[in-house]
Amino acid sequence: MADLTIEAAGSALAKGELSATELLESVLTRASLTEADLHSFLTIDHEGAMAAATGSDERLRRGEPRGLLEGIPLAVKDNFCTRHLETTCGSQILAGYLPPYDATAVARLRDAGAVLVGKTNCDEFAMGSSTENSAFGPTRNPWNPERVPGGSSGGSAAAVAVGSVLGAFGSDTGGSIRQPAALCGVVGFKPTYGLISRYGLVAFASSLDQIGPFARTVADAVTLFEAVAGYDPLDATSYQGLVPNVRPTLGEGVSGLRVGIVRELGGEGYDAEVAAATSAMVDKLADEGAKVSEVSLPSFEVALSVYYLIAPAECSANLARFDGVRYGLRVPGETVEEMMARTRAEGFGPEVTRRILLGTYALSAGYYDAFYGKAQKVRSLLIAEMATVFEQADVLVSPTSPTTAFELGAKTQDPLAMYLSDVCTIPANLAGTPAISVPIGLDSGGLPIGFQVMAPALGEKVMFQTAAAVEALADFDARPAMAVSP
Amino acid sequence: MTTVWEPVIGIEVHVELSTQSKMFCGCEVTFGGEANTKVCPTCLGLPGALPVANSVAMDWIVRIGLALQCQVSERSVFHRKNYFYADLPKNYQVSQFDLPVCRNGWLDVTVGDETRRIGIERAHMEEDTGKSLHQGNGGRIHTATSTLLDFNRSGVPLVEIVSRPDLRSATEARAYAQDLRNLVAELGVSDARMEAGSIRFDANVSVRPVGTEALGTKVEIKNMNSFRSLERAIASEIDRQVALLEGGQKVRQETRHWDEGAGATHSMRSKEESSDYRYFAEPDLLPLVFAADQVEALRAGLPELPAERRSRLEGLGVAPHTARALAQAEPELRRTFEEAVALGAPPAAAANWVAGELTAATRRLETPAMVDGRSLFRLIEMTEDGRLSSSAAKEVLVEMLRSGDEAEAVATRLDLIQISDTSALEAAVSEVLDSQLEAVERYRSGEQKVLGFLVGLVMKSTGGKADPKLVNQILRQRLG
Repeated sequence: MADLTIEAAGSALAKGELSATELLESVLTRASLTEADLHSFLTIDHEGAMAAATGSDERLRRGEPRGLLEGIPLAVKDNFCTRHLETTCGSQILAGYLPPYDATAVARLRDAGAVLVGKTNCDEFAMGSSTENSAFGPTRNPWNPERVPGGSSGGSAAAVAVGSVLGAFGSDTGGSIRQPAALCGVVGFKPTYGLISRYGLVAFASSLDQIGPFARTVADAVTLFEAVAGYDPLDATSYQGLVPNVRPTLGEGVSGLRVGIVRELGGEGYDAEVAAATSAMVDKLADEGAKVSEVSLPSFEVALSVYYLIAPAECSANLARFDGVRYGLRVPGETVEEMMARTRAEGFGPEVTRRILLGTYALSAGYYDAFYGKAQKVRSLLIAEMATVFEQADVLVSPTSPTTAFELGAKTQDPLAMYLSDVCTIPANLAGTPAISVPIGLDSGGLPIGFQVMAPALGEKVMFQTAAAVEALADFDARPAMAVSP
Repeated sequence: MTTVWEPVIGIEVHVELSTQSKMFCGCEVTFGGEANTKVCPTCLGLPGALPVANSVAMDWIVRIGLALQCQVSERSVFHRKNYFYADLPKNYQVSQFDLPVCRNGWLDVTVGDETRRIGIERAHMEEDTGKSLHQGNGGRIHTATSTLLDFNRSGVPLVEIVSRPDLRSATEARAYAQDLRNLVAELGVSDARMEAGSIRFDANVSVRPVGTEALGTKVEIKNMNSFRSLERAIASEIDRQVALLEGGQKVRQETRHWDEGAGATHSMRSKEESSDYRYFAEPDLLPLVFAADQVEALRAGLPELPAERRSRLEGLGVAPHTARALAQAEPELRRTFEEAVALGAPPAAAANWVAGELTAATRRLETPAMVDGRSLFRLIEMTEDGRLSSSAAKEVLVEMLRSGDEAEAVATRLDLIQISDTSALEAAVSEVLDSQLEAVERYRSGEQKVLGFLVGLVMKSTGGKADPKLVNQILRQRLG
């Protein structure tokens, strides 16, 4: 049962062939068998999940389900605030922190009937590409525990891949949903900026952060997306218009669609097998009638630099509130300033500290124009460039990540190498546009390869239409060995 | 030759808006109340909470800006001002930087007979901080044993109004502060109570030799809790700087704290040693857009402002000095004036009464008692038709405020109504003249001062209630 899709489980629940409690027990069993190897969860809320599943069963019995997710066991990344359920963001500074409120996305999942199983592991404050920056230990890749699951939402990706939940949510600031989805062989989607409320998502870089789902299929990703998307008066950057209606065109195929291959997202630094799988998929799309052409976005070459000025700058302010005064860790000091300094020095890990320092520097008087100011200008340029390219192409495609899952520890001593892992995903965050990663196969080492589809802002319809076609053409049905039911 | 020094003063004002809810969340705006009861994830800076701008506050800052003759920016932006402080929950304040809502305005300020136009550089929107309550050793941060934090004030909408360094004396600075306070109170956007901290003034003071252009080193003064202390603090700071410079020393750029008890400023450490606030555009909020028609609608909704009122009053024949006082008087006083004039009271007389005796009497009584326009109109009527002398009328007014009774009733009770019935006075005059033949003789022989003596006798015989003007007139007729 832990290997069901949300679609299949939902249908079985509705027909009474399966109870929410049984389904929950099944995924909890899967988690208990795999967590020792994976560590995809920071918190499993057995009690809360069981109560929710019991409630779901009652409503299902009465024929009054709350929504399409009634009884579906899900998880959210540990940077989503969950009322009275520990929320650490993978950081010592928030160890033991119990938020007094649910993030809007969490509240909407509960309203749709979802059973929240727990909180997934992540890089500290979502800063990283391997989940090795979690203060509570790394998550491992279900396809090979010697490898990383990607990050920062590595816990969500691994939990979905192995069947400890049927779906999960993460946050994507520079690729933190799509890259781990690619490395774990699941679907990961980052919507247009503003389509899912950020209220209650602990901010990393506010202008880039976006919540999105992980699922085993494109259709399931749509179901999860629809449950949480839409205007939220608590988020001033939330989109007030209608959420694109993507479901009706999911099966329409790619015939006649203009597919652009991004020249800048390939070549040196890309695994040969990743490149080969990507171009094989492009060929299949062409065979299906897509009009494939190569496009060029020169500003993609500097997107990584732009990102590593803007994201740290915003994070330096967003993380200033963790000072030991009101919540979380407090390391005593002789003065308030000393208490704050000690708390932050002990509470934050090295990568978070590095980014706060980078950002503080980039915003400093005398450096602002050269760094942050210039980065904002190039960001505008990139947005304009993408808008132009999207006049020639309906969607853009590329590998999701230049490589498949790398070994634990391989890049932890080399931040720049780690940062390069997000080179394909960052542009969509800078532009606020939607992008999705769909698994298209395994490399010779048995590690998943992800294929990225990008679309213009609010272009979710054509993006999902393409993603569904990619999914069908890839016919990827491999499962990690540890997901096979005992 | 000794140098004559010219003070150069700018004032920064923080006005707490009295909107129902806070700037970026739905929490109630209240003054006082049990600590940390008007708080939510947003104004406590909890992880994940986001701000949403209060649209009423945005309208109100535009009202303030328009009343100060500012340009309202079509597009303005919130910025984050980064500094660490325990009562600043996010360790950044959402404020504005290079794109404030309002720019380039002015306020005319009059001291004595001189009116000067004081420039307003900007008015911008921001959020207030929480309050630190330092425990032990006099409530000062450096000697406190512990500090309690109250976040009820955190996130209250705050408008910062920055003047240009156009003020030239402590007195002028005080007049500017008072006029600005009254203006804000009149707009109905703030309690504007200095003692409650809902309007707070900081001053930037420097001095330079008269006739020179370059600005001296400026010192910021804080902790001025009344208009009087603002004037004293600035005067004291000017003296301190002049003394330093004349002694061959330099003025250090710093923030100084006004000590009311000591009557002097003393140096205080700034919030952060360096003042690099690392401003950047607040990504959680969209830019603010004010369309021209929206601004015009807000302009149309402005009440009559003191400057306009003053010229209207002068147009009604009110003396300039009185018009100025009345234009800035408390709203209750002005209402009394307008009502009395509407009933037919001569504007000049009504203005004199309101700006003079009524203002003085209400202050003396220290009660919120007020005379309404109809009552004032009747009082004025009684003085105009001679039934009350001007001194008696003042007495009547005070008693009206105390008792709440009408002028007629009070005057009768106090037995102050003048006899202005000519026939009654004629009789009294005849009686006096008949008994004072010698005096009459002396007057007729040219001894003019005897007239006063005779008037006195008539007044005495009528128990002081005769209208002295009328008595005078009748006597002259009879003796002439």
